[in-house]
Amino acid sequence: MAVDFELIMFFILAGVGIGTAAGMLLSRSAVYSALFLVLNFGAVAGFYLFLNAPFIAMAQITVYAGAIMVLFLFVIMLLGAEKLTPPEVLPWQRPLAVVLAGILILEAAYLLFLRTPGLGEIQMPGFGPDTSPAAIGAILFGKYLLPFEITSVLLLTAMVGAIVLVRPRKQGGGQE
Amino acid sequence: MIPLSWYLILSAALFSIGLFGVLARRNAIAILMGIELMLNAVNINLVSFWRYGSPAEMSGQVFAIIVFAVAAAEVAVGLALVISVYRRRKTVVANEIDMMKW
Repeated sequence: MAVDFELIMFFILAGVGIGTAAGMLLSRSAVYSALFLVLNFGAVAGFYLFLNAPFIAMAQITVYAGAIMVLFLFVIMLLGAEKLTPPEVLPWQRPLAVVLAGILILEAAYLLFLRTPGLGEIQMPGFGPDTSPAAIGAILFGKYLLPFEITSVLLLTAMVGAIVLVRPRKQGGGQE
Repeated sequence: MIPLSWYLILSAALFSIGLFGVLARRNAIAILMGIELMLNAVNINLVSFWRYGSPAEMSGQVFAIIVFAVAAAEVAVGLALVISVYRRRKTVVANEIDMMKW
């Protein structure tokens, strides 16, 4: 019965994830889109818990649903951009996007189910190592130290870039 | 038990929805949200391949953490660009921002 429970939970989470992603696309207000996206990130965090990655799930909640979406909502409300755009100027763009995204998902399903027939039978291996934050930290600062440091440089660059991009221009002349 | 391919299909579906958002929406902020959705789909793939493939190594989780950091950097720069464009052009509609179009 535990297996059935897991299946049911998977389908509920998948429904919430796909539904909120579609709601993000279809809602007419940017604020509603952002709130749908928060719910979608919560569902994805549930998948991480299914996959025995509790640290990733909590980081998903704090970083994505917390920090990144708060930043989105700040910018939406700061700019007053919650109104949706005027009617379509390029009427062919939306059907083309539907066709391209549909082709992509069909191609992915074809590759996953037909070209690699053994993929559906791969089962989750028994629970092996501990996935505590201490173990992740040990490998992050050991084997993957160089990518970690490069990431810190990337974050510093992004921070400096964001500050430079939005700083008020006091001196006349130069740009603009 | 849940086979690996279900996670892959789910992640492909989320990626496609995000791609549709990037291609179809014209609000620049909504385009950034679509990119976030695509990065999330990539993360589901990374973590599920880690769990089903080689759970003895932590590589999948480490990659997922690095993708988090890259997503945070991308959002910070992207939203700063949106604010900067809005100050000059008073719009966030992507196809009205055509200063670099010849």
